Amino acid sequence: MDEEYDVIVLGTGLTECILSGLLSVEGKKVLHMDRNDYYGGDSASLNLTQLYRKFRPDQSPPAELGRDRDYAVDLIPKFIIASGELTKILVHTDVTRYLEFKQIAGSFVYRDGKISKVPSNEMEAVRSPLMGLFEKRRAKKFFEFLQGWKDEDPATHQGIDLDKDTMEKVYQKFGLEPGTQDFIGHAMGLYLTDEYKNKPARPAYERIILYTSSMARYGKSPYIYPLYGLGELPQSFARLSAIYGGTYMLDKAIDEIVTDSDGKFVGVRSGNETVKAKQVVGDPSYFGAGKATEGKQRVIEEGKVVRAICILKHPIPGTDDSDSAQIIIPQNQVGRKNAIDIYVAMVSSTHNVCAKDIYIAIVSTIVETDKPELEIRPGLELLGTIHDKFVTVSPLYTPTEPGTDDNIFITRSYDATTHFETVADDVQDVWKRMIGKDLVLKKRDVNVEA
Amino acid sequence: MSKQFQFKLVLLGESAVGKSSLVLRFVKDQFDDYRESTIGAAFLTQTVSLEDGTSVKFEIWDTAGQERYKAPMYYRNANCAVVVYDITQSASLEKARSWIRELQRQADPSIIIALCGNKSDLSARRQVSQEEAKKYAEEEGLMWGETSAKSGEGVQDIFTDIAKKLPKSAPPSARTAGGRTATGARQGVDLNKQANATGGQGEQCNC
Repeated sequence: MDEEYDVIVLGTGLTECILSGLLSVEGKKVLHMDRNDYYGGDSASLNLTQLYRKFRPDQSPPAELGRDRDYAVDLIPKFIIASGELTKILVHTDVTRYLEFKQIAGSFVYRDGKISKVPSNEMEAVRSPLMGLFEKRRAKKFFEFLQGWKDEDPATHQGIDLDKDTMEKVYQKFGLEPGTQDFIGHAMGLYLTDEYKNKPARPAYERIILYTSSMARYGKSPYIYPLYGLGELPQSFARLSAIYGGTYMLDKAIDEIVTDSDGKFVGVRSGNETVKAKQVVGDPSYFGAGKATEGKQRVIEEGKVVRAICILKHPIPGTDDSDSAQIIIPQNQVGRKNAIDIYVAMVSSTHNVCAKDIYIAIVSTIVETDKPELEIRPGLELLGTIHDKFVTVSPLYTPTEPGTDDNIFITRSYDATTHFETVADDVQDVWKRMIGKDLVLKKRDVNVEA
Repeated sequence: MSKQFQFKLVLLGESAVGKSSLVLRFVKDQFDDYRESTIGAAFLTQTVSLEDGTSVKFEIWDTAGQERYKAPMYYRNANCAVVVYDITQSASLEKARSWIRELQRQADPSIIIALCGNKSDLSARRQVSQEEAKKYAEEEGLMWGETSAKSGEGVQDIFTDIAKKLPKSAPPSARTAGGRTATGARQGVDLNKQANATGGQGEQCNC
């Protein structure tokens, strides 16, 4: 280990693997290490043996669940937005050659005690049971306004300035009821709270358009999902890094981030060996995970997410027996006034992540109280009989410094959002801090056949 | 029109046994003495035409230097594997045995495995006898052959033998070839519009 690298990457989670791949393609000499003997870190997908080893080390998986190798259970529930940033990165880097994707069958929202399909355009809005007759007309006008908006054509603006007027004002202009605002903002805009309403409307407009254009792409839902689980994503970017010369070292203890007297990064120590590099980038677990290390607090906890991985023997009731689904439970619908939405992500054997007739649903939200499991109860109650359940509470860490002074760059924990857009944001942010330039992805048409 | 079938082939073996050289000889009929490691090639493809009029297109995955730390994705849906050892290094056969055990545990049970003793041009320094390797291959039900990526001897034969043995009765499932469908039987969604738009056989992008 006496070679010197441009970059050492610590952890093989998705964010780190995307960065590792992009850095290697850029021509950087990369050493990529992980303390685990598998790829994926927190964004791995586990087989039954690994799942039990993690959650119930004293038990072995019950035989009735079927073959170990049929399982790839995600630890972090997220779906890929068909027209979103992660899709652009996947296409730009060509790692799609290693992966196969399927649609998520349905996108649902909880309203007044039951779940309904999220309408995604004016046509679906008029058929949706979520709204009464007059509200449907108003929603139709609202969607037509969004679809018809052209920056350069003031006639399409109807007196609204997306950069100045708040989303609240836009809702008021069309006279939309609070329940309608709930599903538009939370199930289509994918906002976890109502804060967006008091801000200029453009980001919300863009997110709703992203939802509808992603929906239009494949038809059933705006989400796609890789066969064999989300853990395939970091693996495919790790391969990209390797074929561009990246060196891999798994199952390796990372004992110290070595710095010089000015606190600048020197290398990484494993046992009595130290590997040197110009820069280091890694997930928060390698940098103290909220505690001070080497005399410095490098990451702080911003909050906690509770996630319940539930094994079901039936599809989720009320989803038309969908083989996969996302259900958003807006905060207002379950009286979580100060909290964020609860959401449910469900996949099944159609996605090669579990045995036949098994369904894996993950219910998650941000923790607000000292009884996290109680907070996700409205989500758990939608699932019907839960065959088995694994609950985790994970801290969300964020770096205290940008890393530009000491060459130590730290990624963020996987948040409570339902998709990978914030992961793509983090990749772009870290890239800019490390390289000093924006990450420019090749423009390519990402239209697809269904 | 001849029928074409596409299969994913993975290479395994200790570093420096000549895995990449073997593929380079097979795909491009080239050899480079000072070849270090493959950069930038996700996988290579080469087609073998058989006497019965069918042809087999291999999508060949190299380890890309990840010998010790392969991802499960590497084996996923592999139809065949070439496990390479160096006839001048007996330790490399031991390593090949451990890859074969791993394949038998992790890969699809129907995978066809060929054990390949490379560097046959260096037989003066031979440490692994043909008898020993052949006996082991027979016990494990593997195909076996010796090759020289340098001279080209035996290279075409081992890939042709694999091509003959691969099942042509049923076309490869929609999951062969690392996610890309070889036939029109697509079940998922393709993010690359330009790839395989017509679903025609063998019209893949050859990355």
